[in-house]
Amino acid sequence: MTGLNRKDILGLQDMSPEEISLILETAQSHKEILSRPVKKVPILRGKSICTLFYENSTRTRTSFELAAKIMSADTTSISVAGSSINKGESFKDTLLTLEAMGVDLFVIRHGASGSPHFAARTVKSHIINAGDGMHEHPTQGLLDMLTILENKGKFVGQKVLIVGDIMHSRVVRSNLWGLSKMGAEVRICGPKTLLPAEVDKLPVKVFTDLDEAIDGVDVVNVLRIQLERMNRGFFPSVSEYASMFGVNKNRLLKAKSDVLVMHPGPMNRGVEITPDVADGDFAVITDQVTNGVAVRMALLYLLLGGAGNVASA
Amino acid sequence: MWLLLKGGRVIDPSQNLDTNADILIENGKVSKVDEVSAENLGSNSGKVFDAAGLVVTPGLIDMHVHLREPGFEYKETIETGALAAAAGGFTTIVGMPNTKPAVDNRAVVEYVLGKGKNAAVNVLTTGAATKANEGKEMAELGEMVEAGAVAISDDAFPVQSADLMRRVMEYAAMLNVPFLTHCEDKSMTSDGIMNEGITGTILGLRPWPRQAEEIMIWRNIMLADLTKCRLHIQHVTTKGGVEAIRWAKSRGITVTCETCPQYFSLTDKALCDYDTNAKVCPPLRTASDVDSLKEALADGTIDVIATDHAPHALHEKEVELQDAAFGAVGLETALPLVITNLVNSGVLTLADAISKMTIAPAKALGLDSGTLKEGAVADITIIDPDAKVTVKASEFKSKSKNSPFDGMELTGKAVATIVGGEVIYGKPSEPLNV
Repeated sequence: MTGLNRKDILGLQDMSPEEISLILETAQSHKEILSRPVKKVPILRGKSICTLFYENSTRTRTSFELAAKIMSADTTSISVAGSSINKGESFKDTLLTLEAMGVDLFVIRHGASGSPHFAARTVKSHIINAGDGMHEHPTQGLLDMLTILENKGKFVGQKVLIVGDIMHSRVVRSNLWGLSKMGAEVRICGPKTLLPAEVDKLPVKVFTDLDEAIDGVDVVNVLRIQLERMNRGFFPSVSEYASMFGVNKNRLLKAKSDVLVMHPGPMNRGVEITPDVADGDFAVITDQVTNGVAVRMALLYLLLGGAGNVASA
Repeated sequence: MWLLLKGGRVIDPSQNLDTNADILIENGKVSKVDEVSAENLGSNSGKVFDAAGLVVTPGLIDMHVHLREPGFEYKETIETGALAAAAGGFTTIVGMPNTKPAVDNRAVVEYVLGKGKNAAVNVLTTGAATKANEGKEMAELGEMVEAGAVAISDDAFPVQSADLMRRVMEYAAMLNVPFLTHCEDKSMTSDGIMNEGITGTILGLRPWPRQAEEIMIWRNIMLADLTKCRLHIQHVTTKGGVEAIRWAKSRGITVTCETCPQYFSLTDKALCDYDTNAKVCPPLRTASDVDSLKEALADGTIDVIATDHAPHALHEKEVELQDAAFGAVGLETALPLVITNLVNSGVLTLADAISKMTIAPAKALGLDSGTLKEGAVADITIIDPDAKVTVKASEFKSKSKNSPFDGMELTGKAVATIVGGEVIYGKPSEPLNV
């Protein structure tokens, strides 16, 4: 496969294993640029990229912006706090206005599931979903996969456990499609109240007991628990959650001896993950962040069709 | 003045009639259903319509329509809603009370009925169960019924307090009007967008679980048993809801119910592209629910087919799915959907389908329409059950175009709608002057 034959990156559910492989290979070759003393290549010079964020985000937004800038694209950032959105302009009008200003690619983060799909129908510009509601977060899924691939060398047969608030997580909904398509075994674990309906019909193994779930796994991906969920009765207390679903050193002993610990951030240290695990030898949490930039560079490159390849750039 | 509908297949479930016959209309009433020769009418003050090859039925009745007036005239008015009804073959429509202001007192009932007098079809109205639909205090049900409200409803604003619901139902029973109820436990559906299940899980859309509907159906059945109110359950969508109603009927509890074409024609998979026109309330369910609804339509558990015609302006639907208004227009697609998905697929005979759109809603509401008995007001629908139609929302008479069926190819349509003896929509053929 030599190119991505698609306008938008909306999710991993509708992506083929070949496309995923291409993105990960491209990301691996782009990653080298990040370690150069001069982190700049001219591939996307003259391309206009807009990050349109309807939800707060530090790492995803910064990661996209750095990726774009390293590749010499021009970037614009629109967020709820600093644009016409909070004056009551519709999503449609915002998109059409920015498209008319010549935006080639939108990176969209939105609290409502399906918003990037709406955007993809509304404008001709490319769309990359940077997280839509509880639906998907494909670049997070891809950066998690790249991290696993770099450390384990393969997906087939890898047991990957995702633990936490499965119901509200777009990270899970991208990881499970990507990993299962590539041959990994995906396990999910969380309190029953935070497992979505009929989750067992997805290509995952479902657990509510973390000690069982973690047994023999190659990767533990720990999700952030939003403390607001407690107020709506999804779980009774932080301390009980930490004791039942928190990843700590003792529990980690049940995983494979070379287990990887991942977290999409931001972490609640002492709740879903203990500090010794977060900072311990098995953690690859900062590698994930670096891989995030590489994956986003790869996607921008593949969608905006930079002339020539990275090696010659 | 007479009108002769010549040579059609007359289906009138109120009389168990399915036969080829002529219908003579004189002075706005059905005067004869038999073989009638125009020559014997002895006057040139009438017209003959050739209904050969067509089906002639009592005018269709839709007991669940949102007319949006007063307050939301940009979505629909009583006038445009009635035109949409006529185009869909409906001669009587019943408006829901969630307008602004709500239909919660005599003055608004009189306003709606007054506007309705000038509309193309018979416009009836429900009265709200509670003041301003707030679910806190009982509205003036007695005065509204006296002013002409044919039923009480909590549609769109389901009464959450069981105690208040009981009182309202006692009042409805005393006033001898049915209570049309929207069954939804709001504590389970806050922010809910679509059916809870695997499709919603994959799409990441907040769940509107079936149990939220079923719990309220059971509660309201219990309260109907207590109060002896004539309970009518609106837009049943689930297998469990059907089972509850079947149980209630077997126990002799006075309950009727309806479902709508969207619920037996679509499943929650219609939301897979985040199509806001497929966002309706209650939400579209699953294929097994569709099967249960069809079974319940066939065995009579579901008495009525209504539309829940819910017009919304484009700018209320061309938004993120989460922010889009709930509802779809239905008046102009109901009949083709019934014929295509129920009659032609063998779920119902045409006569049974017509029954659920004529005499059954008339009975549930206590109306004397829905029949072609001699002497009845000549509200009549003429149907071409074999016509091929492609749904074109842009051509709807309704002010709003929010249909999940746009572009779909269906079979069957109303070719003429007659209200009080006047052809107000279409023509069965070229009129032949005698």
